Amino acid sequence: MTSTRNVAGSASAAGPVAAESADAGADDAVGRIRTGRPILLASLVLVAAMVIGVAVGPVGLSPLQILDALVARLPWHPHVFVPALDAAIVWQIRLPRVLLGVLVGSMLAGGGAAYQGVFRNPLADPYLLGVAAGAGLGATVVAVSGGSLALTPPAAFAGAVIAVTMTYLLGARAGSAGESPATRSGTGSILLAGIAVAAMLTAFQTYLQQEHTQTLSIVYSWILGGLSAATWSDVWMILPYVVVAAIGLLIHRRFLDVLRVGETEATSLGVNVARVRLIVVVAATLGVAAAVAVSGLIGFVGIIVPHAIRLTAGPSYRVLLPVSMIGGAAFLVLADVVARTAQAPSEVPIGVITALTGAPFFLFVLRSRRARQDLS
Amino acid sequence: MIGFSGLTVRYGDTTALHGISERVPAGEWLGVIGANGAGKTTLLNAIAALVPYSGSVTICDRPAGRLSRRELARLIAYVPQRPVLPPDMTVRDYVLLGRTAHIGYLRTETATDRRVCAAAIERLDLSAMADRMLRAMSGGELQRVVIARALAQEAPVLLLDEPTSALDLGRRMDALELIDEVRHERSLTVLSAIHDLTLAGQFADRLLLLAGGQIAATGSAREVLRETTLALHFGAGVHVLTTDTGDIAVISRRMLRPGSGHERQRADRNEYRDPDHDQAGPQRYALNAEPER
Repeated sequence: MTSTRNVAGSASAAGPVAAESADAGADDAVGRIRTGRPILLASLVLVAAMVIGVAVGPVGLSPLQILDALVARLPWHPHVFVPALDAAIVWQIRLPRVLLGVLVGSMLAGGGAAYQGVFRNPLADPYLLGVAAGAGLGATVVAVSGGSLALTPPAAFAGAVIAVTMTYLLGARAGSAGESPATRSGTGSILLAGIAVAAMLTAFQTYLQQEHTQTLSIVYSWILGGLSAATWSDVWMILPYVVVAAIGLLIHRRFLDVLRVGETEATSLGVNVARVRLIVVVAATLGVAAAVAVSGLIGFVGIIVPHAIRLTAGPSYRVLLPVSMIGGAAFLVLADVVARTAQAPSEVPIGVITALTGAPFFLFVLRSRRARQDLS
Repeated sequence: MIGFSGLTVRYGDTTALHGISERVPAGEWLGVIGANGAGKTTLLNAIAALVPYSGSVTICDRPAGRLSRRELARLIAYVPQRPVLPPDMTVRDYVLLGRTAHIGYLRTETATDRRVCAAAIERLDLSAMADRMLRAMSGGELQRVVIARALAQEAPVLLLDEPTSALDLGRRMDALELIDEVRHERSLTVLSAIHDLTLAGQFADRLLLLAGGQIAATGSAREVLRETTLALHFGAGVHVLTTDTGDIAVISRRMLRPGSGHERQRADRNEYRDPDHDQAGPQRYALNAEPER
């Protein structure tokens, strides 16, 4: 096996991003899954998206002005002149919003990819196990009980975590009577339990809302989701969850690749499927629940980003998971830029933007990928 | 070495294996034969700890019940009847899955893992296709890919569930010859469920005939592949012939419904009476043209 062959094979197989990475390391050991290049490319896109996110707004800032404003906060920084307004725009308004977009986007897309892997279901999204319904109920309870708005994120977070816990316990128990490892471990029954729990909590939330119609607009705008209320305290609040979730997911991504051959074979290959699934679900749920707590229910990112990455960088979770996180972050930051500038000074709900831009992009990728496969 | 004793597997109210015991010495190929539903796959699944069982299983002198999934996967490589083959996975990545149990929990594959995989791919003549997607492979090539993954596992015990059921005659022989060669090279203990009785007799050192979750017969092909035994447990008339090379050939007799023009064979049917299914009586066999594949 020569390295030249290796390059040709990966290039035709794994799409442009992986092809370039194969080029770069062709003399490297044969057969290593190369994650470096796709991650680097995605990171460059993310940095560009963040610069755009900070630069664009009612007051346009150049990248240099942004750099000055950032540098001025460093210890022992060189002397730079930064107008107070610029500094305030960067530090108080745009930077927390962009960073929150990064954290939320990475968790929605990473959580979606992880759920798709662990449940071996391409339609899985981060709200699959009841996160959305639980968080919505939590937020509604705060709204109808007249609690402070500051209570909404913790209530939404708690609602989401409780919903997923219910789903998992009910589903895993229902499945425990099965005969093969696949049915016994309860993947199918967990998904069904998620549907039931979500339906039940949504019904409860709808009932509460109808009983307190004066809070309808508060609840509705929270459910639509968005980053308009982003503050530094939001960023600090969810950062620990995001870090823990990201680490938990990334160190298990190799097992998600093994799970692609099914739970029974993964078991015979030496994977403790139930344990891996529990860890991945806990990590993804913590991250997604934290994201939802501060941003509401932003749809579409968690399903469209992993699939777009899969189609361009290949299906291996070792690439897919980190690149989905980075790509989801970049996508949400850019979508937020559109959301706050398209109809300035009013904002378009970000979920509208993610669906309106994500769907055509996804269809485009799907089409071009199909076309290439048909040709090859 | 594989040993099991008092091995019982229940699926709800159904008992699939009734406390069976057997020992397969290191380096032996044991062919497990039996009709559909006799418990062949269940036996393999129990040895691999993929179904809950009672009784004891010993792999290479270690009690399987006390081993972790990882330890077990380093002792047993399992080739299922219908492996899941992700269409967008490359041959190399698929074979690398065989190394799962050798890679540390938080680690990634090492140069050794890649070398073992490359050797397994080379051994099965797949090097030229190592970067091909599984969707672009033929049935025979896929069979070799699955065996390559099992070899990459570097386990002393190989379990094969109907390894050749999807292959044509030529590919089937190729695959079995290959397994036999590899077995000798690496002195593997092989336990395979196999439907084709002639092939089972040709390749396995010893046969184990399962019927209704119990061991009906064990021994050499000559001892187990007898016309009366097979007729009883497969519910079909067969001719057992010995070829001039000493191989045992099992040929099914056509057994069609009465009145279909094969009247002369009807007399034979009445000889076979399955004690487990007496109520169905001989007529039961009249519905079977030949053992199901």
